[in-house]
Amino acid sequence: MNLEIPIAVAIHDLTVAYNHKPVLWDIDLEIPEGVLMAIVGPNGAGKSTLIKSILGIQKPLAGSVLIFDQPFSKQRKKVAYVPQKGSVDWDFPTTALDVVLMGTYGSLGWFKRPGLNEKKAALEALEQMGMLDFRDRQISELSGGQQQRIFLARALVQQAEIYFMDEPLQGVDATTEKAIIKILKLLSSKGKTVVVVHHDLQTVPEYFDWVTFLNVKKIATGPVKHIFNDDNLTKTYGINYKVSLQTK
Amino acid sequence: MNLQHYFQQLSTDYTLLIITLGTGILGGLCGFLGSFAVLKKQSLLGDAISHAALPGICLAFLIAGVKDTHWLLLGALVSGIIGTVWIQGIVSRTYLKQDTALGLILSLFFGFGLLLLTFIQKMDNANQAGLDKYLFGQAATLMAQDVQIMLWVSLISLFAVLLFWKEFKILLFDIEYAKTIGLPTKYIDIFLTSLIVLVIVMGLQTVGVVLMSALILAPAAAARQWTNKLWIMVLLATLFGALSGISGTALSASYSQMPTGPVIVLSASVIVLFSFIFSPKRGILMREIRFRKSRRAIKLNKALSLMYRIASKHENVLAPHGKRMLNDFKGYSNVIFKKLEQQGLINYRQNSWSLTEKGFEKAANLYNQLGKDE
Repeated sequence: MNLEIPIAVAIHDLTVAYNHKPVLWDIDLEIPEGVLMAIVGPNGAGKSTLIKSILGIQKPLAGSVLIFDQPFSKQRKKVAYVPQKGSVDWDFPTTALDVVLMGTYGSLGWFKRPGLNEKKAALEALEQMGMLDFRDRQISELSGGQQQRIFLARALVQQAEIYFMDEPLQGVDATTEKAIIKILKLLSSKGKTVVVVHHDLQTVPEYFDWVTFLNVKKIATGPVKHIFNDDNLTKTYGINYKVSLQTK
Repeated sequence: MNLQHYFQQLSTDYTLLIITLGTGILGGLCGFLGSFAVLKKQSLLGDAISHAALPGICLAFLIAGVKDTHWLLLGALVSGIIGTVWIQGIVSRTYLKQDTALGLILSLFFGFGLLLLTFIQKMDNANQAGLDKYLFGQAATLMAQDVQIMLWVSLISLFAVLLFWKEFKILLFDIEYAKTIGLPTKYIDIFLTSLIVLVIVMGLQTVGVVLMSALILAPAAAARQWTNKLWIMVLLATLFGALSGISGTALSASYSQMPTGPVIVLSASVIVLFSFIFSPKRGILMREIRFRKSRRAIKLNKALSLMYRIASKHENVLAPHGKRMLNDFKGYSNVIFKKLEQQGLINYRQNSWSLTEKGFEKAANLYNQLGKDE
């Protein structure tokens, strides 16, 4: 690994358990700045839990997480999070623009309301996701893919350095998938670090440049070109996976 | 006394005015905070808290030996909080789900409360009369002092919600995301829940432990039907709650033998029922109408596109065709032909139809669009 590239996220000995069963076991993982990384693994491998532990939503049993050499609590403004779409109730009485505006709450701080600048930023983010026409739409009237794009727009507004996304491509339509991938590549080209929980192994080589294999333990992490192979897939999923590498 | 009489009395009868004010403010406050409880999916928690308050009321009476309202409500508050904590404890320490935990604690506390109540009633204490009023509430016992407390709690709640509007909103919508931007979600949650517990306890005297939770969730459920904006929902819920409180008092004061608490809850239920049926966007009635309309439109479009397919096989696309085939084999009734003619899409003769230019154009677009989607 090139030592000159700074480390965006450094995870040491991270262990997380719900009840009596460990979900993550002794994870050591360094995510270099500027990578576009997929986290892959079977159901229950702890992919979402890993992201939630990094973001302090889930308390780890042991271990530490550093964001640019500091604890997450001191680096919140550099980090944006896109939760799983199913984690919220989309019948909540609010509009698309309103949800995107929530991305500005973190930098606004207590008491202050979003003003003109925040609104402008939110509208820009909506436009980037091709959702400007839907800004006043009640969120339950949006399709699943559109809801996902709203969530992404909310993260874009945060103007972060690192983006964590939990299955943003799950169950979305082709238009949304294209729009999201375009944004991921754009963020990556601007030097942002993007970490995505991903479930479609076929598209890993096409969409991402780094990959982490996870199944409770970390199996492997590195550039897709070097480590996305049958050996690691088999170690992660437990069965022989034949995925042809489509490196360009 | 009738309703007219009631309003005349309102200006002269101080007690009646206090009771009306009290139930109005209580209803409004319940609607206001109830919006947050409902959106937090905690409407059942209100039910558990109010039922869990009963043993507290009884124990407070047993300890103090007097029927002082504030003392009793303090007991209600304590046992309501204990009940809430136990529910959370059960959820986090066992595999039981929230609804099961709520049901368990609710019946456990309420059963214990009824036991104590029976015990107290059999005691040789002249003071005990009227303690059972807490089961269904009695607005007539409201005093100026109670209304004053309600007013204070209302002001505090209003101030808190205005101040923490965006924090409350994001907590309700997406709590995990709220955590990542550094909000102390746990404390905001405790604060919000405390306000809700407080208003429930305050309402026990008026509405009673059995029906209290209805006043929390009914105005909010009704308000949700009319709007997709949070602040309008909160505002409407407050209005609906106040309206229920006041009309409940007015009705029960106008006709003898009408208990205030249940009438307040019934008033709220009428508003809920009306909202469920008649609200333009989410109401059952309009939904059914919209559903039928769109089904009819789809059927017409289908007929039109079939006509287009037949017509476009001929050199002259506007040429007439026999209608028998569409009638007999495809099951399109003459009503559909008439509807299409009304819209100027086809010319309809006795036994034949032909597309108009407008109809041809629309059908062609329809055809292309459908093709694109697939």
